[in-house]
Amino acid sequence: MAMHHFIDRRRNPSDRSLGNRQRFIRRARSQIKEALNKSLRERKLGDVDSGEVLSIPTKGIAEPRLRSNSNEGRRDRVLPGNKEFVTGDQLKKPAKGGQGAGKEGSEDGEAEDEFRFTLSRDEFLEMFFEDLELPDLIKTDLRETTAVAYRRAGFARDGTPSNMDVMRTMRNSLGRRIALHRPDKEAVAALQDEITALEEKTEPVAEDRKRLDGLYEELEALQRRQKVVGYIDPVDVRFRQRTAVPLPNTQAVMFCLMDVSGSMGEREKDLAKRFFVLLHLFLKRRYERIDVVFIRHTHEAQEVDEETFFYSRQSGGTVVSTALTKMMEVVRDRYPTDAWNIYAAQASDGENFSGDSQTCSKLLAEEVIPVCQYYAYVEILDEREFELFGNPEAGAALWRSYRDVAVARENFAMKRVTKPADIYPVFRELFLRQGERN
Amino acid sequence: MSLVSEKEAPESDFGRLLFEGADWSFKTLSRAYDAIERVALDDLGLNVYPNQVEIISTEQMLDAYSSFGMPLMYRHWSFGKHFAREEKSYRQGHSGLAYEIVINANPCISYNLEDNTMALQALVMAHAAFGHNHFFKNNYLFQQWTDADGVLDYFQYAKAFIAGAEERHGLAAVEEVLDAAHAIMDQGVFRYRRAPELTTEQRQTRKREIEAYRERTFNDLWRTVPDAARAEVTSEAEQMKIERRHKLKLPEENLLFFLEYNSPILEGWQREILSIVRNVAQYFYPQRQTKVMNEGCATFTHHYIMNALYDSGQISEGAMLEILHSHSNVLTQPDFDDPRFNGINPYALGFAMMGDIRRICTEPTDEDRDWFPELAGSEDWRGALRHAWANFRDESFIRQYLSPHLIRKLKLFDLTDNAGDSHYTVGAIHDEQGYRKVRDALANNYDPAHTDADIQVVDADLRGDRQLFLEHSVRRGVGLAEDSRGQVLKYIHQLWGYDVTLSGMDHDTGKQLYRTSTIEAGEADKTS
Repeated sequence: MAMHHFIDRRRNPSDRSLGNRQRFIRRARSQIKEALNKSLRERKLGDVDSGEVLSIPTKGIAEPRLRSNSNEGRRDRVLPGNKEFVTGDQLKKPAKGGQGAGKEGSEDGEAEDEFRFTLSRDEFLEMFFEDLELPDLIKTDLRETTAVAYRRAGFARDGTPSNMDVMRTMRNSLGRRIALHRPDKEAVAALQDEITALEEKTEPVAEDRKRLDGLYEELEALQRRQKVVGYIDPVDVRFRQRTAVPLPNTQAVMFCLMDVSGSMGEREKDLAKRFFVLLHLFLKRRYERIDVVFIRHTHEAQEVDEETFFYSRQSGGTVVSTALTKMMEVVRDRYPTDAWNIYAAQASDGENFSGDSQTCSKLLAEEVIPVCQYYAYVEILDEREFELFGNPEAGAALWRSYRDVAVARENFAMKRVTKPADIYPVFRELFLRQGERN
Repeated sequence: MSLVSEKEAPESDFGRLLFEGADWSFKTLSRAYDAIERVALDDLGLNVYPNQVEIISTEQMLDAYSSFGMPLMYRHWSFGKHFAREEKSYRQGHSGLAYEIVINANPCISYNLEDNTMALQALVMAHAAFGHNHFFKNNYLFQQWTDADGVLDYFQYAKAFIAGAEERHGLAAVEEVLDAAHAIMDQGVFRYRRAPELTTEQRQTRKREIEAYRERTFNDLWRTVPDAARAEVTSEAEQMKIERRHKLKLPEENLLFFLEYNSPILEGWQREILSIVRNVAQYFYPQRQTKVMNEGCATFTHHYIMNALYDSGQISEGAMLEILHSHSNVLTQPDFDDPRFNGINPYALGFAMMGDIRRICTEPTDEDRDWFPELAGSEDWRGALRHAWANFRDESFIRQYLSPHLIRKLKLFDLTDNAGDSHYTVGAIHDEQGYRKVRDALANNYDPAHTDADIQVVDADLRGDRQLFLEHSVRRGVGLAEDSRGQVLKYIHQLWGYDVTLSGMDHDTGKQLYRTSTIEAGEADKTS
């Protein structure tokens, strides 16, 4: 008889497929990124980081082999299930483009234009962070969904010895001993005393002997019972149980303010969206509940939904202070500062109606910043402007007046950005302080 | 990994069920295995490698799938890509998973999916651990081309070597070589057996023997006879070409082998990677040629064994129904005009042919006596099947055994597709005039010489411009798909280091049909 045996492999580490997966993602990196940028535009701020089905073009991940050309030469195919054909019959070929009723088909789907697969949340964030050039520590920080604390949560029958609850264990033991009539120490001791007393009698009478025999028996019975009904039984033991509880949840509201006048093009809005997404990710880690308020402005400000915020255009001038006024209105109406943590992020191309910048800095300094946990401002420039305004001192009126505010405030950050990698420094303060606090 | 050693199953008393219910345990697996083994060895007379049955999870199964069906495969991004596709299709319910994967090795390893019910596990064991196993051990192609004893060690080595290379030279560098090697994997096999490599010592002995022979038979007269062969070759260039080709042992059909040994630019570790890919390709080459037979053998075996166990009361009716259900699922063969039609199902064809051989042996008709005089009525169908399993591949098996009876039953017909025509022509059907033609055409469909592009290295001047010349022998006018052709040439160029030219020559007339080169492609790139 041949030797044979069975092996259970189910517990083997499954990192093998992971290794191949990482290589695949590395390979298709540029295509995945492109698809991701596209999906970033389409997705809501709040669920940017959930898993995503992506379609990428198969071009960069093709595995070419030498295949025969299905459009030339002569072939004989043998097919099953002939109904009425006889030798010599001629059948019209299906029209070109119909791909010959799946005749050659696509061997392992190579002919498809798109390759669809699901990107996990971690993989998504990895890619998202890459452009933003976040420090590693902060990447890990953001990826962690919730912080937890261990709280006591009742008692369990099993656990580690260090968690044993003695009081409760003993109480159970006592109840069980009473219920099962376990002879207590005193009863046994009394019996033993009596026996000793009788044994020590110098001249025992027959009655004493009989009594002594009875007592021996009784003692034996008691001791046997003591053995059977233990002092502490495994069923008595209780352990303190702890469960993971998410850290105390507070709520936060995030204000997104953006200039939507004609000068903000698609590139500017894309950058702005990344800026908002990053702040949102940060808040999501800290707070259980986050409201997002979108305020767009031209020469007047409106509260709008996300779709309108990013995608519709409005014509008009640019008066930044209207957005700030609008924001304070919303705060007063719906987000009392004692119940809400308020964060604000503002994106603009730096244009403002002349004279309004002073109003802005006044509003910011006196009203907005005092109620905000953090206020971040990015000015989105193109490369040329950036060279021109390389010096942080220089700039248009809005930038200059914001700088005055920034000097005195810790919870106010501002930055000029031209590419995704410039965004993170705006939040550096925010993340740093977070690090210190932890 | 936990090792569950098999306990000696109790002497089975016939009439007792091997298992009940859907759940399996290692105990019931072991009992079923022993019962299956008795039928396989004592009744069918199979000859198998020792078995090792491994239970794996769905993820591991998907993974094995996506890396050439070989769980010990090295790492490469394309496997990750296939995994993503398989997983998606599996999760969305587009496709089920194979119940099992089996590896041609000694011991023979079969991977069973943990989700299988006990009935399926029994079916799978009969199918893989005995059907495929017997085929691997006895078929001449596997004996000739694969080394069952060493294959697991080799894959282990290959995996470690590639991982080591990644560490030393970086992921990207290894990936570059693997990508290029994978592209010519189909052209990386030896199709014909070659003489064993001689050791240096043997070569020297042989040289001495030849010289001794020449000395013994020397006759100065021969010098005066005009040399016909040499006279034909006029130009000196021609002469040099012949010498060159002789030195490089051209023509050479195995591109990977040629590049591994002769590429002017590859480093040692890169050559070793080519060698690994070439060995993997060669290992799977017999499987590609025996799909119908291999699956037919396994399916016939499990069908016979399961029925035997059912007849002796060891499998319950419910379990048998489940087994028959999956059995017939596997064997579905939709007609050509059915939307589900996707070519001829190798399981169905193989199983039908093997059942047919049994029928011819035991209940032959007059027609069978005409067609298969040696087989008809011989009664020993077990011996006949074992003979077929051992000595044929799909192409020759069909040419030898496809009977008129079966051609009629499957209503097979031959359809000729001439690319220039606006219509197909029915070349032959299941009638007296058509049997042989249908049979030949079907056999050709399984013949690698007909289906694979025949590409050979014909010349490379290592002292000159080092251009590599490949020749594609075009049969029946079927050329290569142009988009992938260009990409693959680029990969060959990468491995060779210098320009590569591929010309297509008509097999019958020797006329050049096309010529493409990386030289032009490179220039086109520059101008575009």
